[in-house]
Amino acid sequence: MLNVGQLNEGVVLDHIEAGKSMQIYKYLKLDKMDCCVAIIKNAHSNKMGKKDIIKVECPIDQLDLNVLGYIDHNITVNIIQNATIVDKKELKLPKQLVNIIHCKNPRCITSIEQELDQVFLLTDPEKEVYRCKYCEEKYRSSRKNNR
Amino acid sequence: MRHIMSPLDFTVEELDQLLDLANDIEANPAKYAHACEGKKIATLFYEPSTRTRLSFEAAMLNLGGSVLGFSSADSSSAAKGESVSDTIRIVSCYADICAMRHPKEGAPLVASMKSSIPVINAGDGGHQHPTQTLTDLLTIRSLKGRLDHITIGLCGDLKFGRTVHSLINALVRYPEVTFVLISPEELRIPDYIREDVLRKNNQKFKEVVRLEDALPELDLLYMTRVQKERFFNEEDYVRMKDFYILDKTKMELAKPDMLVLHPLPRVNEISVEVDDDPRAAYFKQVQYGVYVRMALILTLLEVKVC
Repeated sequence: MLNVGQLNEGVVLDHIEAGKSMQIYKYLKLDKMDCCVAIIKNAHSNKMGKKDIIKVECPIDQLDLNVLGYIDHNITVNIIQNATIVDKKELKLPKQLVNIIHCKNPRCITSIEQELDQVFLLTDPEKEVYRCKYCEEKYRSSRKNNR
Repeated sequence: MRHIMSPLDFTVEELDQLLDLANDIEANPAKYAHACEGKKIATLFYEPSTRTRLSFEAAMLNLGGSVLGFSSADSSSAAKGESVSDTIRIVSCYADICAMRHPKEGAPLVASMKSSIPVINAGDGGHQHPTQTLTDLLTIRSLKGRLDHITIGLCGDLKFGRTVHSLINALVRYPEVTFVLISPEELRIPDYIREDVLRKNNQKFKEVVRLEDALPELDLLYMTRVQKERFFNEEDYVRMKDFYILDKTKMELAKPDMLVLHPLPRVNEISVEVDDDPRAAYFKQVQYGVYVRMALILTLLEVKVC
């Protein structure tokens, strides 16, 4: 396997569904952060066949990891300090998503007032249903659609 | 300060209090004639709806208050590109309460987030129309004496008809309500109402196509219009619009005390010959709409009348 240097402090996101790492890169706003990021695509995985991995070197509190629960709660989040794994974060579906997904209802107020935040609320955790805060249009969690 | 976006914003107990107040207004209108003196309601109607707007205005005038507002987006600053958030900030300086009708779903919610006065959703696209539901509940409770233990038939456009969706959502909170959903195949109730509301609440319901089959068992028949503005395709509208027509012959199949309700305006779905039938309650429903809006204005403005 390709080797990427060890992290001193940061996060390793493992078991990302192959091909999804760039989506996560965008959602975590890593493009806007001035830190070292390594993206490994299509790495070999005994469990998944192939997977993506992201390594981010930055203080943990600079990342909003809640959104990962929406993208895929099977992702393993390893918290690294002093070059060792000190914690594994459990992912849950976030209660609210802000500017992550967009309402596709042409009758929604967000379709004409584009300065409004795109807010989705988790209305049915069991079925993983999110609804637009404004028009209540349903939006299913992406991993339900993809897996 | 409180806003009303959906009929479910009220608990069953709060709703009972509101309907009690509306019935007291009906019984003693003079007692409330000056309750809102010096207060103003702004009716912000971004799409025309003469009946709802006039009902709000009549409600405020009956309470001794005054009204201001606009009746279409063309005559408001929206035509110049002003956002809902900006409009409501400005209107908050002019009025004490506002009723907003907007073609876009969620617009009144956006207004409520920036408003310093109570906002009433007076209808937002195909989404919510809480004061229509409150009107329906007041009409049913006043004329039937209860909101529980009833079999209600909902007929017509059950797919796009927001009044039907809201009424179902409101009535599932009461025990022993049975729904008979009468619609053509293409306009059946949406999945989310069938699954997330009816089945989830273990509600008794059935779906039928023929109105005649359902009529004999109903305590209430709620007719709806097939709304042209909800269709993207004119052809579909023309095919559906006269699917149901309630006439004298069909009324003979109904119970002697069944009530016919309709959110109005009607087109062809209720023949005018039914208007004189004592079971036709849709014009009384309009009057109840004014009482319930008066009660709502008093409640949101926290005006107490002794």
